[in-house]
Amino acid sequence: MSFDQFLQYIVSGITNGSIYALTALGFTLIYNATDIINFAQGEFVMLGGLTAVSLHRLGLPLPVAFCGAVLIVMLVGIIFELLAIRPLLKASVLAQIIVTIGASLAFRTFAMIFWGRDSLPLPAFSGETPIKIFGARMTPQSLWVMGLTLVIVVALQLFYRRTLAGKAVRACSVNPEAARLMGISYSRVVLISFAVSAAISAAGGVLITPSSFMGYGSGAMIGLKGFAAAILGGLGSPIGAVLGGLALGVLESLAVGVVSAGYKDAVAFLILLAVLFVRPQGLMGQRPVEKV
Amino acid sequence: MNGGRLLTFARRHSAFAMFAVVALGAPIFLNNAYYLSVLAFTATRLMISLGLNLLMGQAGQISLGHAAFVGIGAYGSAIMTTRWHMDPWLAMALAACIAAFAAVIIGIPTLKLKGHYLALATLGVGEIVFILLVQTKSLTNGTDGLTGIPALAVGGLRFTQYNPRAFHLLVWGVALVMLLISLNLSDSRVGRSLKGLHRSEVAARSLGVDTAFHKVQIFVVSAVFASIAGSFYAYYVQYISPDSFTLTFSVLLVTGVVIGGLGSVWGAVWGTLLVALLPEYLRQYDDYTNLVFGILVIVIMIFLPTGMIGVPALLGKWRRGIRGGGRPGSGAAMTEGTGAADGGTV
Amino acid sequence: MPILRVESVSKRFGGLEALRDVTFSLYEGQIKALIGPNGAGKTTLFNLVSAIEAPTEGSIVFAGKEITGMTSDRACRVGIGRTFQHSKLFDDMSVLDNVKVGRHAKSNAGLLAAFFTTPRHRREEQAITEASIRALRRVGIEEHAAAQAGSLPLGERHLLEIARALATEPRVLLLDEPAAGLNNEETDRLADSVRRIRDEGITVLLVEHDMGFVMNISDEVVVLDYGRKIAEGPPLMIQNDEEVIRAYLGADL
Repeated sequence: MSFDQFLQYIVSGITNGSIYALTALGFTLIYNATDIINFAQGEFVMLGGLTAVSLHRLGLPLPVAFCGAVLIVMLVGIIFELLAIRPLLKASVLAQIIVTIGASLAFRTFAMIFWGRDSLPLPAFSGETPIKIFGARMTPQSLWVMGLTLVIVVALQLFYRRTLAGKAVRACSVNPEAARLMGISYSRVVLISFAVSAAISAAGGVLITPSSFMGYGSGAMIGLKGFAAAILGGLGSPIGAVLGGLALGVLESLAVGVVSAGYKDAVAFLILLAVLFVRPQGLMGQRPVEKV
Repeated sequence: MNGGRLLTFARRHSAFAMFAVVALGAPIFLNNAYYLSVLAFTATRLMISLGLNLLMGQAGQISLGHAAFVGIGAYGSAIMTTRWHMDPWLAMALAACIAAFAAVIIGIPTLKLKGHYLALATLGVGEIVFILLVQTKSLTNGTDGLTGIPALAVGGLRFTQYNPRAFHLLVWGVALVMLLISLNLSDSRVGRSLKGLHRSEVAARSLGVDTAFHKVQIFVVSAVFASIAGSFYAYYVQYISPDSFTLTFSVLLVTGVVIGGLGSVWGAVWGTLLVALLPEYLRQYDDYTNLVFGILVIVIMIFLPTGMIGVPALLGKWRRGIRGGGRPGSGAAMTEGTGAADGGTV
Repeated sequence: MPILRVESVSKRFGGLEALRDVTFSLYEGQIKALIGPNGAGKTTLFNLVSAIEAPTEGSIVFAGKEITGMTSDRACRVGIGRTFQHSKLFDDMSVLDNVKVGRHAKSNAGLLAAFFTTPRHRREEQAITEASIRALRRVGIEEHAAAQAGSLPLGERHLLEIARALATEPRVLLLDEPAAGLNNEETDRLADSVRRIRDEGITVLLVEHDMGFVMNISDEVVVLDYGRKIAEGPPLMIQNDEEVIRAYLGADL
């Protein structure tokens, strides 16, 4: 592998990794608020991409389609939380897992009925002419993906550190009991978390659609890689989620270069298992404390 | 006390006997080869569900990768018979051993962790097995799948699609044995301890239950049930491809157990029959069935955690009115035994 | 020789020191109480003795065996039974089945025996049932055997927790606030049960806030405050100990 090739793999790894990072971030937000792992997270990514395709086909310009898709999926996230999650916030882990799995099956099947079985494209945000940077060829779309991911991550940080709603969410994840006593409504925090989580995952979905298309079944795999990234970074740590996503993207990309493209998807799962077996708290997370 | 237990026991087995007669006798009334093959598939689905029910319903652990163990059974049998010309029965047994071994390797580290992690790990294993099935072309022939898998045979009797009644008796016979032993387990030392650790692992451990061991053990049993089902499937259709062992299949397996009723063996039976047979009945609406199942699972988890099997008890409660809840002993009537008898006469 | 020896035990959670250098012994046939204000480390100490958690420093020796490093199911099998402050009954199982789980370690039919209900398995099930009913009888709630555990009133829930622990045939029984929430009549009934259990040869260590109950029933009392042992001795001595009174300032002894 030449250095140029190596660089090429890194660049494409970071591009894919950005999407994993956004998905992992989505998991993390919901997990921190509720201790639930949302197995339907990948479906938000898929719904984001496909909704943008539809809006664009209706004649809306890309930026509008992008925002429209994010808002619509955000609404889906809110409705999902109100209808399915809220009644089960105090239920067993098993019930919570099963509900999000049921939702993922329903979302996926709905998408298959509504959009059909084929993967659908979206035009690139600003043309297809590759740009050369340090000998690596980059599509403008990868720049969009990386740039907007950065914007989203920064915006999210500002939201959580500077706004009242964001601070309430953080307070709740640190100490729900104390937060409740301070008058913070836990159910609102959960709602906000689902809304934000759905929105950023949807944004990831729109970003990736121009380069890799989006089909009704695409969300599942992106979602699984989002888990792997979140676990790698340490479940519950937002910074870990982003780093985990980028690391996973790069490792995957290098595996394609070194091993074979067929095993690309296996990388995520091997990492997932290795982390679960060896260091379940992930790279950045703390050891899970079991309460007696 | 003793009389009551005896009655429960007799009731449970009468339900089982009735179910067995209907299941084994179905071919007498069905002349249609297609329906018979649907029933044969249903039996294999039932085997997997029964194992999953032991894991999820009894022990409260979840697997989102059970398609992997079905795949190990199917591909293990197919590869050992077609490539290495092994006896089909022996191949089936060896495949089950491989599945059991895989379950031990996965189960020991992950079953120590909380529910979410097991779900994630099993999901990861499911996907890795799927990728291996597609990629190790020299063994599995990739996406093209394996053909020419031999049929099971005893002496001159061959269990093939062309002899659907014999195959029906074989798979349903095995599924019924699995059903009976699942029923037996729930009122036994190990079964009670599994139920206990499901409710509070700390309490079960403080009562001397080696929870780590029992969780892995039941995980292995469920993997073996799934593997055996996979082998039967391979020997019946005589052609397999990776498409049959996807994540969606794993999810549908869980769905069946949940819809029927977690924690009740009969719940798993009725749920599986519904999930396996409803799509056949609604074939023109094929696309919609998974949507219905997905929504049904959510609705059941929220409103009816005991699943379909809980409906008769719930109706009974309504009929008795609010007063019924306060009667001493009425709660005990909700336990496994009677619930099963109710289910048996639905 | 003591049946249970807690030797210089400390437990830290992160920066928080829950127990510091606690030492005491429990002798066979004693009823010993562990008291102290909220947050004194009583439940933590119980969790260490029942091996749910491991001490940061020090050792716990039970009948010549080191408990530290054991799993809690192993601790149960060597003879340490316990109840929980916040009841951990299996609420939707019957009272009898709750106790039957306690017979787990005293029986050995495995998965295959259960699957195929072998005659040996059936005999063992019979023995489990009999032993479980005996355990219920020891605390006097055998008439509720068929009821659902969740339907019992609080007093009987505490007794069921004890019966379940008794079914494991412990040599030492740890009771975590067995009298919490009980009325006078229920407390008296509980005291009778605990004495009877002691008379049957089981050593009892209990955590309790009900001082009347503690002083009435215990042979010896250990007082914890902020994770340290501040006093140990017979009830009369403890009631007059200055440091204890200071720790409990305002509280009735």
